[in-house]
Amino acid sequence: MNLAAVPLDSTRGFLSPSGVEIVFVLVGLGVLGAALLTVTTKQLVHAALWLVVALGGLAIEYLLLTAEFIAWVQVLIYVGAVVVLVLFGLMLTRAPIGASPDADSGNRWVALGVALAAAATLVTLVVDAFRSTWIDLGTVAGSTKANGVTLFRYWVLPFEALSVLLLAALVGAIVLSRREKKEP
Amino acid sequence: MHLVFPAVLAALLFCVGLYGVLARRNAVLMLMSVELMLNAVNLNLVAFDVWLRDALHSGQALTLFTITVAAAEIGLGLAIVLLIFRNRGTADIDRVGRLTDGDEQAGGDEQAGGDEQADGAETVGDDEMEGVG
Amino acid sequence: MTLTLAILVPLLPFLGALAGLASGRRAPGLVRPLAVLPTLASAVLAVLVLTRIGAKGHLDSATRLTPTGGLPISLSLHLDGIAVLLAALVAVVATCVQLYSTAYLREDPRYPSYAALVSLFTAAMLLVVYSGDLIVLLVGWEVMGVCSYFLVGHHWERPDARSASIKAFLVTKLGDVPFLFGIFVLATDAGTFQINGILGAAAAGRLHHATLAALLLLCGVAGKSAQFPLHTWLPDAMAGPTPVSALIHAATMVAAGVYLVARLEPVFLLSTAALVVLGIMAVITMIGSGLCALAQDDLKRVLAYSTVGQLGYMAGALAVGDRDAALFHLLTHGAFKALLFLSAGVVIHAAHTNSLTAMSRMDGLRRRVPDAYATMGIGLAALAGLPPFSGFFSKDAVLTAAERAADGDALTGGLGPAGNVPCWLGWTVLIGGLLAALLTAAYAARLWLLAFFPVKRTATAATAATAATEGVAGDAGVAGVAGVAREGAVAPTAAAAAALASDEPAGPVGPAAMVAPLWLLAVPSVALGLVGLWPHALPAWLDGVSLTPSGVTWPIATAVALLGAGLAWFAWRRAAARVLAGAEADAAAAADPAPLLLGPLLVPARVGFGVDTFYDRAFVRPVLGAARLVSFLDREVVETYVKGAAGTPGVIGRVVRRAQNGNTQGYLSALAAGVVVLAVIVAVAQ
Repeated sequence: MNLAAVPLDSTRGFLSPSGVEIVFVLVGLGVLGAALLTVTTKQLVHAALWLVVALGGLAIEYLLLTAEFIAWVQVLIYVGAVVVLVLFGLMLTRAPIGASPDADSGNRWVALGVALAAAATLVTLVVDAFRSTWIDLGTVAGSTKANGVTLFRYWVLPFEALSVLLLAALVGAIVLSRREKKEP
Repeated sequence: MHLVFPAVLAALLFCVGLYGVLARRNAVLMLMSVELMLNAVNLNLVAFDVWLRDALHSGQALTLFTITVAAAEIGLGLAIVLLIFRNRGTADIDRVGRLTDGDEQAGGDEQAGGDEQADGAETVGDDEMEGVG
Repeated sequence: MTLTLAILVPLLPFLGALAGLASGRRAPGLVRPLAVLPTLASAVLAVLVLTRIGAKGHLDSATRLTPTGGLPISLSLHLDGIAVLLAALVAVVATCVQLYSTAYLREDPRYPSYAALVSLFTAAMLLVVYSGDLIVLLVGWEVMGVCSYFLVGHHWERPDARSASIKAFLVTKLGDVPFLFGIFVLATDAGTFQINGILGAAAAGRLHHATLAALLLLCGVAGKSAQFPLHTWLPDAMAGPTPVSALIHAATMVAAGVYLVARLEPVFLLSTAALVVLGIMAVITMIGSGLCALAQDDLKRVLAYSTVGQLGYMAGALAVGDRDAALFHLLTHGAFKALLFLSAGVVIHAAHTNSLTAMSRMDGLRRRVPDAYATMGIGLAALAGLPPFSGFFSKDAVLTAAERAADGDALTGGLGPAGNVPCWLGWTVLIGGLLAALLTAAYAARLWLLAFFPVKRTATAATAATAATEGVAGDAGVAGVAGVAREGAVAPTAAAAAALASDEPAGPVGPAAMVAPLWLLAVPSVALGLVGLWPHALPAWLDGVSLTPSGVTWPIATAVALLGAGLAWFAWRRAAARVLAGAEADAAAAADPAPLLLGPLLVPARVGFGVDTFYDRAFVRPVLGAARLVSFLDREVVETYVKGAAGTPGVIGRVVRRAQNGNTQGYLSALAAGVVVLAVIVAVAQ
């Protein structure tokens, strides 16, 4: 099923959302709000916690898009591992507990302008391009079985390369963090 | 489901992450913002994969890869931030300005101060590191 | 054999100069032998060559080192009677000067380089004399110019020496540029740079631009031989050491111009215009320099102006077509002028001043330097043209030549058509020469009287004069003060006066090395004139024109010379009487006959008739103004563009580097903004 094969269907429109769409939009708003709080809050640890909310919300969105395996991986890796790592990073760099007034740099207004411009451009383009495109959620697209089959049947080589990449990242992180000996 | 919803959400999430990367002073927060941007990409990949029903599930496979790469990235990124913090005594990205062109910038003095701080902070950081380790 | 000797003549001083320069600092003991011996050997060889070539011999030799394209240039020698005679004179005078310098510059720390330069100078002049190729001659000619620059500027600590050396260099170079073009014109017409070839072309009538070439050559000759209007460098060149003056004036530098014209006389005889220009130039030079010499207070400047005047005689002889007379006068003048300068050096050495006014108040100078007193007398008598000294015969040969030209029967010696010498030019040169003879005798007598015959004054006048030590020079001229300062001996004037006032029996001064050359040169100064009388002696070496004084001119010339000397003596007595009477005790302490003789001309004559001032106004200041204009244009206009070309990128760079502020987020913001802009552009463009 592709774009040309989906005709403009009067039964499906913005003004008549289905239940899944309503849930998706609501969760999306939550994710967006959490993300905004992540990048604006003055309390650094709170930012990490809001990140958890945003990433968890995204996991729900994946579920709504029938990509269940991705959703669980999202929860496991992001919420479980990455955020913990980030919290450790905050602690190791002795991030202050409580509000720090200088959490934002002087580049804030430039960043805001660039971000708004990018958002306007992207949203305009996306809406313009996919105004009349619908996803058929009738069949599950991302079951664990399907994912596993494709991953180990067609994507084995990148998968293995990625494992090497992870190993390299591991070694790199150790090398970077290791203290140089003062005098041998 | 209308494709515009996930696409717009991804776009907005990406821009929020972009703002965070550009505006946050703390390097760890910058890394968090990068995670947001990566997740926006992931959302896009998943949504388009579901829409296109690709036989190879390219979108979801790539999403998995991206998540993995993101994990590696955050590990390395945090290691670099720690290294900077250990050397400079700060994780503030706008105080790491050694590459500044010209000597009339006030950054030189700040860096000098930063270096002094680093010496003091180093020992403390060591203790913490050892404690963590 | 003769050729080898002849080559050695210019080569030896050259090698001596090189060796002297190379060893000057390391082996001070070698400097004096290296200065004197090569020159002495060169003089001996020159005399040897003179005897070997003989009266009518010729030696022409040419070797071409490398093809030069176009007209060939070859290292060639052309030895004939003229060349060997002059070379002998040059080498002998240079030997005397070197010998004299060993004593005169005994204490000078720069003696090694000085001696080497004198040797180089001598070598260059010998090259000019022996050369058979105009380009090779030009090399020697220019080397002399450079050496004169260095030698005149020997005391470069003093500003007047510096400016005098630069002036000598520039003025002679000013003449050398047209000189070079004159050589080119000649060579283009004749198809060769060889002098023989050019003379052959002149005889065959193949020189189509003889007038142009001769006039262009005259510019260089006027510069080198100090003829009006390029004579101004010579009096200023007195800032150099006295032996250098002797060398420049007697034998080398100034003789080169006259020698060149004599060498190319057939070319000049083809052009009436060139002869007329030369003759007018000579007459103006003779009379003007005589007047100037009469007014000078500086002993060396008097001699310098006298050189200019005597060169005028030679130029006059050349203008009326008689190169024999010119060369005769060149030879005798070389001898007696060298003698005069060297003895003047002794006098100055003893008196510690250049000023004639100061000398006239010194008692006993005669007793302290008896040799200089006698030899200077001989030299001055020769200069004034009193019989039987050498100057009398040579000067009379010139006057005879002028007289014959006035009769329409110029003594060209078969070198060219006598008809090209106009009668009126002969008359002009004759009358100018006689007038100049009068002036010459007058200033020679004045010099003699002022230098050696102090006026016995009364005690009151003496004290008055002593009290006004500096004021004395007030009348005698700024030149007097300048003269004292120029010799660098400020105090000795008073000191010497005090020593003399105490009536110390001052013995003769002057080492043997300074006195011996005087007597050596005194011999030719007296006797050289006689060789012109025998047809088989000097004339046989030249073109065979009789150099015997004609019955008409010599009584007149002698009478005129005696008249001049007598007038000077008379005026001196009058002035002395006035000084003794104390009438002018405050003003004219010196019994200078010049004011009486010159009258209103005194002041302009003292400053050389303002030629220098005129040049300063007419040329120097416009050139300096133009230089200032150019430097202004360069600094303010051209440099503005350059600065702009450098500054604009600098400003842009300063603006751009502000972006390079080390803020990673700033870079990233710019990157993202750029991406957005590109995306928008792409989207809109589609």
